[in-house]
Amino acid sequence: MEIHAQESEHLATSTGLPNIKLAMWLFLASDCMLFGALISTYVLYRGASVVGPYPNDVFDIPYTSVSSFVLLASSLTMVLALAALQRGDVGRSRVWLLATALLGMTFVGGQVYEFTTFAHEELTLTTNLFSTSFYVLTGFHGTHVAIGILMLLTLLMFSFSGRLGPEKAETVEMVGLYWHFVDIVWIVIFTVIYLIPTGNPA
Amino acid sequence: MASVSVRAERPRGLLRRPTATTGFWSWFTTVDHKKIGILYGITAFAFFIIGGSEALLIRLQLARPDQDILSASVYNEMFTMHGITMVFLVVMPLSAAFFNYLIPLMIGARDVAFPRLNAYSYWAFLFGGLFIYSSWFLGGAPNGGWFGYPPNATVDPSLGMTFYSLGLIITGIASTVSAVNLAVTVINMRAPGMTLFRMPVFIWMGLVVQLLLAFSLPIITIGLTEMFFDRRFGTHFFDPAAGGDPVLWQHLFWLFGHPEVYILILPAMGIVSEILPVFARKPLFGYQFVVFSGIAIGFIGFGVWAHHMFAVGLGPVANTAFGISTLIIAVPTGVKIFNWLGTLWRGDIRFTTPMLFSVGFIAMFVIGGLSGVTHAVVPSDYQQTDTYYIVAHFHYVLFGGAIFGLFGGIYYWWPKVFGRMLGERVGKLNFWLMLIGFNMTFGPMHILGLQGMPRRVQSYPESLGLSFWNLVSSIGAFLIAVSVLIFLVNAVASFRKPKEMEADPWDARTLEWTTTSPPPEYNFDEVPVVHSLDELWHRKYSQTQGGRVVPVPAGGSGEAHGGGHAGGHGIHMPGPSYFPLIAALGLPIAAYGLIFNWWLVGAGMVPVLAGFYGWILEPSAE
Repeated sequence: MEIHAQESEHLATSTGLPNIKLAMWLFLASDCMLFGALISTYVLYRGASVVGPYPNDVFDIPYTSVSSFVLLASSLTMVLALAALQRGDVGRSRVWLLATALLGMTFVGGQVYEFTTFAHEELTLTTNLFSTSFYVLTGFHGTHVAIGILMLLTLLMFSFSGRLGPEKAETVEMVGLYWHFVDIVWIVIFTVIYLIPTGNPA
Repeated sequence: MASVSVRAERPRGLLRRPTATTGFWSWFTTVDHKKIGILYGITAFAFFIIGGSEALLIRLQLARPDQDILSASVYNEMFTMHGITMVFLVVMPLSAAFFNYLIPLMIGARDVAFPRLNAYSYWAFLFGGLFIYSSWFLGGAPNGGWFGYPPNATVDPSLGMTFYSLGLIITGIASTVSAVNLAVTVINMRAPGMTLFRMPVFIWMGLVVQLLLAFSLPIITIGLTEMFFDRRFGTHFFDPAAGGDPVLWQHLFWLFGHPEVYILILPAMGIVSEILPVFARKPLFGYQFVVFSGIAIGFIGFGVWAHHMFAVGLGPVANTAFGISTLIIAVPTGVKIFNWLGTLWRGDIRFTTPMLFSVGFIAMFVIGGLSGVTHAVVPSDYQQTDTYYIVAHFHYVLFGGAIFGLFGGIYYWWPKVFGRMLGERVGKLNFWLMLIGFNMTFGPMHILGLQGMPRRVQSYPESLGLSFWNLVSSIGAFLIAVSVLIFLVNAVASFRKPKEMEADPWDARTLEWTTTSPPPEYNFDEVPVVHSLDELWHRKYSQTQGGRVVPVPAGGSGEAHGGGHAGGHGIHMPGPSYFPLIAALGLPIAAYGLIFNWWLVGAGMVPVLAGFYGWILEPSAE
């Protein structure tokens, strides 16, 4: 891979972007289609359940808003982690990486708590069409966040074993791209599921 | 900041990095795009034999009326597996074989952007294919058609369609990873001077196909995930009783399925666009038109999916809109046909085996294309849908098109890959027998379809008058089988010849023919510098003022340097690695776990995680 990085710097036969960054953008574009298909499913099935509980019966919008804010805040700490590493401030980068991972874990923990609460209110995966499309979409997103947390913890591990100096800022940037993408997708999901009101069937 | 200090010694990986680049075991750890291409090719061809045998069993069953060679339920499994095999395990990976082998060589690169990821794609594809095939022994093969329409596919009590959903997700992961890898290679790693419009058409088609894969596969992945959840956990995505909509599956499936059609055919179009100019000894007629038509097909391909669903009842507005978009996509396809004909026109044609397959491709694809246009007319499609007319149509484009093109490519690039020529006389026999067998098999299906013979029926009564053409079709299928056997004989026989192929046996036009046959591990002694489209041709020939083509004098601007490769010292290629294989191995294990036992899911995640962590920690060479 290293040899190609130099060979690809010739005029007009390369974008000038590092291969890994181009690949990450392409992967995220592809991932958009995954979420697009799932969100479409949810939208198509909005209000189509034939039995309850319905969204209005279970949603606690202030609670989910707070956990959404936590996830969005983690994008800020991710940016700070990258900036610190690019400055050569490895110590700060560890702090912000850890903060990002903790905020992500808070979000996922909040999601687990929310799912448990819903289950107590008799809304499980197979209850109705709403629960089916809700759990699979948000669970799919939660899995993305969990993978992101795993990557962040891996970065931290590398940092503490001295393998994540400023020369590896690009690696952190890639994890950051993924992390921001997962955050942005959550904004869409949160809007579609929680903020756009769905009336109970008459 | 004491802990920041960079360690003196290199970080050690989990396993010693393997070093062997030759011998049997090197194939398991290779990251060389050429070896991976060969692995793809051999695997796809093995699946071709298996899928072809399934087709022969189907034709055996249908040869005479009222037969019961295959029971109805086995027949369902047989045509489903035939479809899945040919689409996902033959044409896609065979195209991937060409892309893997040729993209770096044709753009003047030493390898793909991510060599280990490339190996991972291959192993994930192989394990996905084996996973699907293991269903025969573990609770029944998929039996709901390659399109897997619910509710039939979701309520079926056998495990077949569960294997289908998980197996195709695994091969989908393989294809998506490979698509990103190869797209980055084309976009970022071309040799100096190779601007986008100096790329061979095959590379252009390769780029379009990778982007189609990257954007269409995720859609089916979600469809398959929803199907899996319905089958395994009892969710309601496609359950009408709970308000779910089976037609959603059809939309998701065909939103992937129609771009998939172009994923299958564009590689063959690229291959033919390389072969025709070489053997007509003329540049491709209207290079830009061919390229832009390919790009247009890629875009419009995302807007025609519902023509697979005219009879579902989407309503006249939707049907009309998709009928029109389908007619529109025929235009860039037609443009290409005329460009190929224009390339042949007044060419100095040599009818070698690759050329015969390419011309055969054009002829057969025109027939398939024209019957395709008849489906765009909605009232006409109402009559044709679910009959053998459809079967005839898509075999003319996917066998007469894709497979003929791929066979042409095999004959054309065989000397480059293996350093030996395939027999030309046997090759021509191979071609003519395949052409005759193909037309005997699928030509009569047009008639059968218009007579009303439905698809996917296990048998038919004699009184319907369908017996004669069914028998002809079955005889044709066995002729195709004989032609494939002849190819295998030709392939084996070629290895008895000495390995002494020159660099450029066909007097070709593109960069892969400037290096030795087979190419060294690092592809080129020096990275070529490109000055024009058809670079190699312009190195060999120039035009006089009168427009006559004359060879460049010996020792001129750049002959193909084929003999020996003294250089290559100091070119560091990425070392082989165990980890792609290990990381891919976890996928089918986890998938078995999702079906049978949760502990297996955990067991599958061990190699996945170990593979990827070993991968990240692996030193670049040892």
